[in-house]
Amino acid sequence: MLVKSYLVFPKEGEKNNLVDKLNQFDWCEVLPAQNKDVLVLVTDTLDESDEDICLNQLNEIQEIKHYTLVSGFEENENHTSQ
Amino acid sequence: MNRREFVKKLAAASALAAAAAMFPGIVFADQQEQELPAGEITWKKSPCRFCGVGCGLKIGLQKGKAVAVKGDPDSPVNKGLCCVKGYHSVMALYAKDRLTKPLVRKNGKLVETSIDEALDLVASKMQETIDKHGKDSVSMYGSGQWTIPDGYVASKFMKGAIGTNNLEANARLCMASAVTGFLTTFGMDEPMGCYEDIDHADVFVLWGNNMAEMHPVLFSRLLDQRLKRSNVKIIDLATRTTRTSTAADRSILFKPQTDLAIANAICYEIINNGWVNQEFVRKHCAFKKGKTNIGYGLEDNFKFKDEATGIDLDEFKEFLKDYRPDKVEKMSGVSAKDIKYLAAVYGNPNKKVTSFWCMGMNQHTRGTWINNLVYNIHLLVGKISTPGNSPFSLTGQPSACGTVREVGTLTHKLPHGVVMNEKDRKMAAEIWKVPVENIPPKPSLHTVEMFRALDRGEVRFMWIQVTNPMVTMPKLNRYRDGALKEDRFIVVSDVYPTPTTDIADVILPSAMWIEREGMYGNSERRTQHFEQLVDAPGDCMSDTWQIIEVARRMGFEKQFPWSYEEHIPEIWKEYSLFHEGAKHGMAPYQVLKSQPGAQWPYVNGKSTQWRFHGKYDPACKGNTYDFYGKPEGKAWIWARPYEAAPEEPDQEYPFLLNTGRVIEHWHTGSMTRRIPVLHQAVPKAYVELHPDDAKQMGIRNGNQVRLVSRRGKIDLPASVNERGKPVRGHVFVPFFDEGKLINELTLDAFCPISKQPDYKKCAIKIEKV
Repeated sequence: MLVKSYLVFPKEGEKNNLVDKLNQFDWCEVLPAQNKDVLVLVTDTLDESDEDICLNQLNEIQEIKHYTLVSGFEENENHTSQ
Repeated sequence: MNRREFVKKLAAASALAAAAAMFPGIVFADQQEQELPAGEITWKKSPCRFCGVGCGLKIGLQKGKAVAVKGDPDSPVNKGLCCVKGYHSVMALYAKDRLTKPLVRKNGKLVETSIDEALDLVASKMQETIDKHGKDSVSMYGSGQWTIPDGYVASKFMKGAIGTNNLEANARLCMASAVTGFLTTFGMDEPMGCYEDIDHADVFVLWGNNMAEMHPVLFSRLLDQRLKRSNVKIIDLATRTTRTSTAADRSILFKPQTDLAIANAICYEIINNGWVNQEFVRKHCAFKKGKTNIGYGLEDNFKFKDEATGIDLDEFKEFLKDYRPDKVEKMSGVSAKDIKYLAAVYGNPNKKVTSFWCMGMNQHTRGTWINNLVYNIHLLVGKISTPGNSPFSLTGQPSACGTVREVGTLTHKLPHGVVMNEKDRKMAAEIWKVPVENIPPKPSLHTVEMFRALDRGEVRFMWIQVTNPMVTMPKLNRYRDGALKEDRFIVVSDVYPTPTTDIADVILPSAMWIEREGMYGNSERRTQHFEQLVDAPGDCMSDTWQIIEVARRMGFEKQFPWSYEEHIPEIWKEYSLFHEGAKHGMAPYQVLKSQPGAQWPYVNGKSTQWRFHGKYDPACKGNTYDFYGKPEGKAWIWARPYEAAPEEPDQEYPFLLNTGRVIEHWHTGSMTRRIPVLHQAVPKAYVELHPDDAKQMGIRNGNQVRLVSRRGKIDLPASVNERGKPVRGHVFVPFFDEGKLINELTLDAFCPISKQPDYKKCAIKIEKV
């Protein structure tokens, strides 16, 4: 389980379209601010390769101006590496 | 609520808190703001382990392990944000090949031993070397990842107890030019401003600084300001097109080393257009010139001492006549129009300007000079020491400032002042309870010269802690061969095997970051405390305690009397004595424990955000500017010319090699390459080529190419039109990959004033393999 949260900044006038597009993906939850052009995105993926696929989908969304990672959580077993 | 939902709520809460910090008054739906259930995970604060930004983190603890990370919304540094390395930072504690037992080389092989035996051996070998070859035959080499207590006990041990100035740190390789830049211009080290300048500046000029990858959280803050305020502009002045260039409003590319000429041309334009803040310059600045044709330090035992001579404004104007924009266009490749644009940005009295830089200006054979020259620009227009007007030198390590620069773990430094100053030596001797004669009055070996001395045999014993010089030293082959010579004894304290532990006679396993208590000091003079949050594995011991154990074994119990339980607060109390007063007062231990850092000078219970202006800085006389680091209270504007790099491309070696980092990896990758998600993102080093050069040589993406310099060669896969794009005739190689040691090719030339090497410019040739 790989859960991350982001702040996502839409292009001007595209906030609602962006929320609609993101809501089509089952790997994310969207929490739009009510009074600012920013929204919180929580991604929930199985593992890193699954996450890569989701990030590629995210990168293709034209309505996004930019996004920035805030936090994340990975289950214990994945924290022992190499 | 099941576990998955719970974790998602936590992640959402972190982002909501970050958003609230970035956008005061932001409103989310009520349901989303509900308090989350507590329990399960305990969150504790710590500064990040990686870069010099010093982000505040919350570390999630569960069953004695660190399992999660989020940005600390209470930290004024990152306001809840976190970069990809910070988020994954705790995973660096738990890789399978962690060093947990001491290792001693016997008959050529490293074998496990007890921690007591290993420490006994380090102490006896150090003493034996001193007895046989003298005090200056032993040395210690640390880093900007040393905590403040690590660096403090190292300084006390080497300079006060043993009595040698053979103490250096890898910050010599990354920050020394910033230090000498500050000292020569202002008489005191470290930035006068702070990260809050980002919230006030209208224009950001980035001098050779790929902030999007190297300081991503600060860059996010820049982008955030540009979103909030339509007048905010970002100008990227660089030698290669990077992610920063593409995000900037304007990207200006220049020929390496000609930043010296560009800065002078900006000053020429400012003066020529009457944009000088006359009153500020008259009251608060003095003009100086120094020596020229100062060399490059390529020869062993190179010596240089600069000399400041006073000049007046007219002489400075005369000096600048060689830097008319049309002349500099020919030297730098930057159009006169762009130079005039930059000058107009700085010269506009209605714009607040912050300049950022890091390795591009510091790893430079004229690093001190280019630091001086950017200060010149800010001083001429009086844009300094007030919110948003800030020449800001960033750092690359979590405590390059806190430990190396403030504690002073460099050959010439003491915790307060320098070894050359009798008063400073007396102060140190008194606090350390040692005879003042113990502290030698002359600096000995800076980093490059220390490794040269190891090669020559003048240094026979070296203790390396928390750094990886067998990846980072320029002209690496010489220094590796030198370290491996007969009758050299190398001790390495680290957390994972590295090319540096490969040359060790003793490896001491270190407790890492939150496995011990400590403090880091970041780029904005912020000292941040972290407590021990998890147990260290096996026999791992903090670098502080390793030094104390060895010092006691060598008979210095009196200087290191503290109990294990109380040694960090006791060290902090003693160290703080060096900085008492309004100019550098440090926050008390209990204050540091209770909040996400405090900025020195910490006076009357308050941090100081901007120095050298009476409105913000309690050390100033009066309510205006006071550059109190210089005896006359004035900052120095320096006439510093353009001088070429020591090795430029020629017919035999027609390309210029630049080295640096990528966002996923931190320095030599000894930690980040053990974090699967970061390692998989960028598993190996590569060489970036300009697409036209690649086409001309028949090289395609992924093809193996051989880079050859006068010092070494290396095979790497080509990267064309990917992450970064060099200009024609240049290549870029990241240095994180210990399997591809690019520093076998680089040149050990350094700035004669700062002694910091230049990793950004040497000549190579390219062959398709």
